[in-house]
Amino acid sequence: MRSIRAAAAGAVTLSLVLAATACGGGSATGGGSNDSPKTLTYWASNQGAGIEIDKKVLQPELAKFEKQTGIKVKLEVVPWSDLLNRILTATTSGQGPDVLNIGNTWSASLQATGALLPWDAKNFDRIGGRDRFVDSALGSTGAEGKDPAAVPLYSMSYALYYNKKMFADAGIAEPPATWDELVAAGRKLSKDGKWGLGAEGSNPSENIHHAFVFAKQHGADFFTPAGKADFTNDGVVSAVKQYVDLMAEDKVIAPGNAEYAQNQSVSDFAKGKTAMLLWQSASANLTSQGMSEDDYGIAPVPVQSGTPGTGKQVNSMVAGINLAVFKNTDNLDGATKFVKFMTSDDEQKILNKAYSSIPPVKTAQTDSAFGSAANAVLKDTLAKSAAALPQVADESQFETAVGTAIKGLFADAAAGRPVTTGSVKAALEKAQQQMPTA
Amino acid sequence: MTTTVEAGTPPVGKSPSGSARGARHRTGRIHRVGLPYLLLLPALLLELLVHLVPMVIGIVMSFKELTHFYIRDWGAAPWSALANYEVSVDFDAPVGEALLHSFLVTVAFTLLSVGLCWLIGTAAAVFMQDTFRGRGLLRALFLVPYALPVYAAVITWVFMFQHDNGLVNHVLHDQLGLTDKRSFWLIGDNSFIALLTVSVWKGWPFAFLIVMAGLQNIPRELYEAAALDGAGVWQQIRRITLPFLRPVNQVLVLVLFLWTFNDFNTPFVLFGRTAPEAADLISVHIYQASFVTWNFGTGSAMSVLLLLFLLLVTGGYLRLTSRGRRAAP
Repeated sequence: MRSIRAAAAGAVTLSLVLAATACGGGSATGGGSNDSPKTLTYWASNQGAGIEIDKKVLQPELAKFEKQTGIKVKLEVVPWSDLLNRILTATTSGQGPDVLNIGNTWSASLQATGALLPWDAKNFDRIGGRDRFVDSALGSTGAEGKDPAAVPLYSMSYALYYNKKMFADAGIAEPPATWDELVAAGRKLSKDGKWGLGAEGSNPSENIHHAFVFAKQHGADFFTPAGKADFTNDGVVSAVKQYVDLMAEDKVIAPGNAEYAQNQSVSDFAKGKTAMLLWQSASANLTSQGMSEDDYGIAPVPVQSGTPGTGKQVNSMVAGINLAVFKNTDNLDGATKFVKFMTSDDEQKILNKAYSSIPPVKTAQTDSAFGSAANAVLKDTLAKSAAALPQVADESQFETAVGTAIKGLFADAAAGRPVTTGSVKAALEKAQQQMPTA
Repeated sequence: MTTTVEAGTPPVGKSPSGSARGARHRTGRIHRVGLPYLLLLPALLLELLVHLVPMVIGIVMSFKELTHFYIRDWGAAPWSALANYEVSVDFDAPVGEALLHSFLVTVAFTLLSVGLCWLIGTAAAVFMQDTFRGRGLLRALFLVPYALPVYAAVITWVFMFQHDNGLVNHVLHDQLGLTDKRSFWLIGDNSFIALLTVSVWKGWPFAFLIVMAGLQNIPRELYEAAALDGAGVWQQIRRITLPFLRPVNQVLVLVLFLWTFNDFNTPFVLFGRTAPEAADLISVHIYQASFVTWNFGTGSAMSVLLLLFLLLVTGGYLRLTSRGRRAAP
């Protein structure tokens, strides 16, 4: 009898405990604290050719930080395909990392959730001041007129990577500087199973980055100055059509690229299957795929005519990674110290060298390592002819809606269906209707 | 609870002597009556926790305007009454139109997939009914697709369906010359065929397994008697096998229907987070509506609609089939 009673009591207790713990999970509100000053969790984005490479790059630096401050940093490298979802989940539950990397185009969207620590003057002072950072990089840290949601960590820009040997074989002396020249060169190069240009047709983000630049070159924007979606204006339609036409009309992109979404176009380029690639800071990636730096050249992304500059001469987005502090952190001081450490001159030099990116910190940029010919193109583009993607709260929805529309257009082009001004406009119209109306 | 039971329970049993003994008996009986409920309590609470609470939260969410401005603090999200539902079922507007399209694609996909799974599974089970050399090996082989982890299996299909280097194009185009050029399977209209292929490949072994078990219950003598009376193989299947399998099939079809209709893993691994229009299954569509566009309110409203539809179909199906069973002799 006693044992039965004990069992019953145990069962009741167990169920009560389970119910209680389930109710106690996750408190989404509340600001940061300093309850656990000895540890930090850091979500790093995947910058190297693989997650293991990132760990190898970052771990020694984190050890340095621990030695300086006594704070142990728990590192997790999150693949790009998961990062935004993980951040959203962390935001919803309030259980997240202390410090994290975000793609700089997400800054305004994530800023709107209120999950990230705003970088006001006081916070900036703790890491050496706002003036340390390059202006173009600061332009991609949140909506205009608000305190930035993150600070720039790595800067990158698009460039045209071309295979020197394939160019020489086809008798092309100079890398193309305009789209007409690129198409002409591409036609010469596209033969015997080899193709002129590579693309990631099924990757919405890549599609957006290119469509944005083409739109700029057509003098158009995806958003009105008031921040309303405007995807169907003539400039945007011609821009998207010009990009997709590289496959549909000009036939310099292999139809198979329409289903690429896992950076297959980089592998194709490294293997010599395509002669040109529009990519951001691809050097480290190409090296890891066995392509020697002598085999390819780097030129600015083409423009419609003339030379790269501002306005219609823009030839890249401001690409890059920002470092943000999660507002719910329980080690606010430590998190700030870590941001200061990661944006210090020394760390900036080490990390940006490892990832073949450009430091967004002015003093680190002057290092000789970033003066090589390859980096000169990227640095020049960032300084003179790169524009920030729209910093609006609905940016990530825009990336998905329009990026997916372009994916569909590439699918049409690949299947041999005509891509007309009308079909492009219809696809963009549909994308616009998916956007939040509020 | 204990006291009410104690008060309401009349002393029973053969305990004529001594009030102390009677009291002990009483408590003993209470324990006997109460214990099962006590032991069930954890399961009940867990059931509430695991099933009902998330469902209720999902339903509550569907009445809120839960966009990225509010996900950090759900309580602050404004109530939107039926706005999310209105958006979802307004079939003239793009969101509703897309949902309807996705719904119809899913219905077509489910009917075809369940039909084919059942047909292939049943055919295979019937063929394997007689013993022959190598039967065990074949049975084991047939179950492999069902036993494989979904991700590993589907990602292999992704490689096979690739345009440039995929095995499917290699066989169809390069070797058999059935198509004039390589086809796209993962984008465009063919994606529906690709999805259906993988789904049937993955699903039919389950039908096979269940039907095979059902066949074990059919007495062999029936077939022998039928054969003596001159019934052919086809007649035996039609008059003996299928009627005997009826109860098994009822459950099997329902389970396959629910699984296939709700399948998320297969399309997600095949196509990623944005499925091509021709293969835009409703589960992925809802995922996209909530996660990719960060509008969890609308996503929840769509889920609730899906839940209602499935409840309706399941209820109707069970009613129909059970009536048939009662009417049967």
